[in-house]
Amino acid sequence: MLLAAQETAAAGWFLENAWLIPLIPFVAFFVILLFGKKMPRGGSEVGIASMVAALVVAAGAAYQWIDRVDSSHGEEVEPVIRQWVWWQSGGTRFGIGEHIDGLAIVVLLLVAFISTLVQIYSTEYVKGDRRYTHYFASITLFSAGMLIMVLAPNMVQLILGWEIMGLTSFLLIGHWWEEKANSEAALKAFWTVRVGDVGLLVGTAVLLGIFGTLDIKGINDSAAAGQFGSHNALMWAAIALFIACIGKSGQFPLHTWLPDAMAGPTPVSSLLHSSTMVVAGVYLVARLYPVFHVGLEINAVGQTFNLIAVIGGITVIVAAALAFVQNDIKKVLAYSTVSQLGYMMMGLGVGAWTASVFHIFTHAFFKCCLFLAAGSISYTASHHSFDMKKDMGGLWKKMPITFGAWMVSTAALAGIPFFSGFFSKDEIIDSAKHADYTIFYLVGIVGAFMTIAYMTRATYLVFFGTPRGGAAHFMGVEHGLEHRDDHAHETLGHDDHSDDHADQSDHGHDDHPEPVRGRPFPFAKYDSPWKITAPLLILGTLAVGSGYLNAPAVGVHWFEHQTESSIGLPLAEHEADGDNAEQVSSEHAVDESVGAEDVGAAEHAADSAIYSVPEPPKFAWGAAAPGLLLVLAGFLVSLFLSLAVFGKRKNVLSPLVGITERNKLFGAGHRFLVNKLYLDHLYEKVIVHGVAYPVSKAAYWFNQNIIDGVVDGAGRSTKRTGEWVYRNIDQRLVDGAVNASGMVANESGHALQPVQSGKVNHYGALLFGAAAVGAIVLILLNV
Amino acid sequence: MDYSNNALLTIGTFLPLVGVLIMMFIPGSDERAHKQIAIITSGATLAVGIYTLIQFDYGNSATLQFAVNEEWIEVIKSNYIIGLDGISLPLYVLSMAVTFLVAVYTWNNVPDAGNPKAFLMLMLVLQVGMAGSFIAQDLILFFVFFELVLLPMYFMIGVWGGEDRQYASLKFFLYTMFGSALMLVAFLALFFQTGAESFSFEHLMAAGALIDHDVQVWIFAGMFIGFAVKVPMFPFHTWLPDAHTQAPTQGSVILAAILLKLGTYGFVRIALPMLPQGAHEWAPVIGILAVIGIIYGALGCLAQTDMKRLIAFSSVAHMGFVMLGISTLTTFGINAALFGMVAHGLITGMLFFVAGSIKHRYHTLEIKRLSGLLIQMPKMGWILGFAAMASLGLPGLAGFWGEFPVILAAYSPAFGVNEALFRTLMVIAAMGTVLAAGYLLWLFQRTAMGDPNPEFVSHDEPAQSLSAAANHGADADHHDEIHDVTIVEWIAWMPFLVAIVVFGVYPQLMFKVMDPAVIQLVERVGNGIP
Repeated sequence: MLLAAQETAAAGWFLENAWLIPLIPFVAFFVILLFGKKMPRGGSEVGIASMVAALVVAAGAAYQWIDRVDSSHGEEVEPVIRQWVWWQSGGTRFGIGEHIDGLAIVVLLLVAFISTLVQIYSTEYVKGDRRYTHYFASITLFSAGMLIMVLAPNMVQLILGWEIMGLTSFLLIGHWWEEKANSEAALKAFWTVRVGDVGLLVGTAVLLGIFGTLDIKGINDSAAAGQFGSHNALMWAAIALFIACIGKSGQFPLHTWLPDAMAGPTPVSSLLHSSTMVVAGVYLVARLYPVFHVGLEINAVGQTFNLIAVIGGITVIVAAALAFVQNDIKKVLAYSTVSQLGYMMMGLGVGAWTASVFHIFTHAFFKCCLFLAAGSISYTASHHSFDMKKDMGGLWKKMPITFGAWMVSTAALAGIPFFSGFFSKDEIIDSAKHADYTIFYLVGIVGAFMTIAYMTRATYLVFFGTPRGGAAHFMGVEHGLEHRDDHAHETLGHDDHSDDHADQSDHGHDDHPEPVRGRPFPFAKYDSPWKITAPLLILGTLAVGSGYLNAPAVGVHWFEHQTESSIGLPLAEHEADGDNAEQVSSEHAVDESVGAEDVGAAEHAADSAIYSVPEPPKFAWGAAAPGLLLVLAGFLVSLFLSLAVFGKRKNVLSPLVGITERNKLFGAGHRFLVNKLYLDHLYEKVIVHGVAYPVSKAAYWFNQNIIDGVVDGAGRSTKRTGEWVYRNIDQRLVDGAVNASGMVANESGHALQPVQSGKVNHYGALLFGAAAVGAIVLILLNV
Repeated sequence: MDYSNNALLTIGTFLPLVGVLIMMFIPGSDERAHKQIAIITSGATLAVGIYTLIQFDYGNSATLQFAVNEEWIEVIKSNYIIGLDGISLPLYVLSMAVTFLVAVYTWNNVPDAGNPKAFLMLMLVLQVGMAGSFIAQDLILFFVFFELVLLPMYFMIGVWGGEDRQYASLKFFLYTMFGSALMLVAFLALFFQTGAESFSFEHLMAAGALIDHDVQVWIFAGMFIGFAVKVPMFPFHTWLPDAHTQAPTQGSVILAAILLKLGTYGFVRIALPMLPQGAHEWAPVIGILAVIGIIYGALGCLAQTDMKRLIAFSSVAHMGFVMLGISTLTTFGINAALFGMVAHGLITGMLFFVAGSIKHRYHTLEIKRLSGLLIQMPKMGWILGFAAMASLGLPGLAGFWGEFPVILAAYSPAFGVNEALFRTLMVIAAMGTVLAAGYLLWLFQRTAMGDPNPEFVSHDEPAQSLSAAANHGADADHHDEIHDVTIVEWIAWMPFLVAIVVFGVYPQLMFKVMDPAVIQLVERVGNGIP
């Protein structure tokens, strides 16, 4: 049954049937699960085929969407919505279906595309894994979950997709669950996200309470038009939903699960960190932007900060700092993702919707590429180790494709001009400045400085300097070259050298349960096998190219044009400050607009035009310059530091070597970072441990001794009463009387004897009789 | 009321007695025959149930169908009135399905005390009581069925139970009896307050609403305790962990799947519509106790060292969600509560099945000693994982639809119910879902993941090579007793697993049936509140 209000007539086949995009992988999941083991390629062929099919439909839908936008001639582009009845309550029907607009198309395309590449990559990477079929089933369902969420026309479907991702991330992170550390990481991921999900459930309930609907379009339209009873309630809805996003998108302070999630296979990390899972939180904010924008009064005149921007900003800085002290390449990338998600959130928090969504888009390519490059290194060069200090170094000579892809992606991540990340990130930073969020402008450029710093350090450790450990072996520069033939034996030992690491938390392994057998040494003459390098090449290309869909620096605003109808709020015209960046910060301009808009902001009900998102700022090299200078500075500082510390070469920054040992303050700061700000201690040792042990034990003690004690006590005292009655009344009084009167001797004694016999039915009868007496009393009183 | 096809419910309810009758004349030594008869009888009952499903007029699910109104005990003005509507249909059929599947499971899982004859006879009698409670439309008739359930379950626990079965069964019986006594007082009070004319639900619903406010509150108190013990709600729940832990697997499954629902069903069917003002006054109390139950039950779970006891405690938490839904007095809440009853029946029933089968193989349910189920019995392990995921309310599986709409409902409870209180309860209840994920996945991690406990690994195969062995699919036969899911288990479990997925993916199947009846009910309650 189709729910009402569908206008799909002119939308085109792909747009109307975009619901197929998640459905195909969803069905494929069951096929793989049930029949995968019997298939020649263990079900991976079904997974890949389903992702390709989803990609084809998504591409068709994208094509038709572009057509739809281009033929709209400047009018508002309506999303394509179709829903079928899914459940009902109180006569209200709720649907399941699709909600297609620019935003959805972007992410659909992204997810389908990256999932396809990751699955191809995985066929090589997890080859021979004992749960190969399970792996492909889970990763296919994972993509399906994200696609279901992205398409969601209402909150319930969104929650469905959201939680499916939670489930599959649990399965994938804990893929090698024989190791306790892995299963714990999986649990941690699920729980942390689940803590945030409380907000999702509560926020959804509040939205239903406010708007009387769970349809995303309905909610957005009403919120944007100011049609809600209480602004306060809307604010709480926004806060609650944002808590869910904090959990899912690894924002501070719930980011701690993300680095641990590196316990999963590397392709999973790359999928999880690029286009699915962690992006879900950002997507939710972008999807329901009017709720957040209006609820948290983003861009209200005179606002200097708001919840989203603050959390995003803190995340940018904290995660970038943490990335700088990691030894595990995947953890560097994990914290880097957290930091970049912080940028996206911060962008949404300052009203830079387009830039943030575009950052989702570009970030997906280069971050996926970086993870896959890390996987390529560990697969081919470092014996499944991810420890940059112990098992890498100097790899650029032997892994040209991996190296190239890494460098391009790093440049994109660092925001070097003309690479994709530059266009998206710079616009976020620029928007913060334009919208008068000066603090977040500073956070943005400092974050850029830190980003290039930690990436330079990582790049140096991985690709330059002298090869160490596994890499040395791979490069053939190890001192014991004569051991070549014993290679298989050596790899067996990879468990051993993990034990050598003093600090367990500081290294990572993709612990393939089986040693890599029978592969000739070196594994490959040049780089990894093609199934690994091909995705790298494609993603590396996109790490540059994807930026040009929306490159203000070269005058391209195509992406913005395609997605602006998804914001749900009108774009405000720049008044005085359009061309002149400096003028924004002048007191004068602020004062003027206060007079005009403050009145409107006070009464939310009537005028719909009061809520609007500022138009993206016009690009100017001058405005971007401070950020770019900091990027350059970050590069140089980090380069010299890396050379000094790791390369042992004397340079300007050599005096800083060993400062953490020499200076207490630096040492404390370093320790604070290495221990991940002690947040894990707080969560695991204090909260979780507290609830799991003392609190629950206390509750259970209360249960057994107090509540149950009352019950048992009541039972025992009833029994004692019975005994007393038997001894004193029955035996002495009644029986005495009976005996005395010379009537039939034991009859009544027999009648009441069961009172003390301990037989349950007699007790029941006693209780029941008492109740009957009570009933009679009640009847007499009332009749 | 719709009086067509009126023999159907009577047949469906009393058919198991035919089996009991036949079994009486067969000597107990012929165990196979008893099992066959039990399976055939319960299968036939289920077939009648399915026929009822087919005959049910779904466009009209708010009216009682297949109704019968015959004279019964004229002296006390009680009639044999039965009927089925959208509220009772799912539970009625569920009881039949569960009994049938439990009978199938018993095929090669007779509890240790033996004597399948008596065991299966009791089970069939139990089924009569359960089905009867859901079709009864007369208070006395309801009460008779409601009490009929007690005795077979008492014996099932007391005879076929675990080590502490005497204590557990006694506690179960007395506690429920205590509740029943108060409930009966309340029923009688209700009868006399409405003019002592009839015990029929229809009459009592119409007349009960007119009773004086204060009297309603008092009568509701009696019913509340009676039903709350059965649910069980905090603080009347302590019989449940003992009963569940000691009961044989079959008993636990039936207890969780159906018996607990008699309490919640009583609230929805009897207490709410007959005493609307009482319900309205009591709603905050029920809501608070329900939410305490959610958190408290979850904490209790975290403290458990025994798998079965943990699952038992999780029932307290889940029934808390059901009761919170009912206490909102809204269509959303009651729909979700009804859905939650069925979902909890399926999911927790499934968990008890798995626990029973693990006990059967390992002779222990101590969480510390169980480890690596996924290696020793991968299928069993994944079924446990699946049921745990369903139990913690993952969307796409049935449990979600019993929880999520409750949270939606608690934000805006019925008119006149304290909104601020219920919103607070909503947030706390939502936090309960985190704890649920906590204890369930923790259980899964500790029992299913990791390497198997060497204690249960046979000696010819060293423990460290197990991982490799698992890789070659050789897990089925390293231990004589530890084998993966058997055929009989698959047959008994598959319907549960399928139903959990089907209702989870397409909840409308059930919501559509219940919703009109619930709307009518909520209207009735609303009209009764001035």
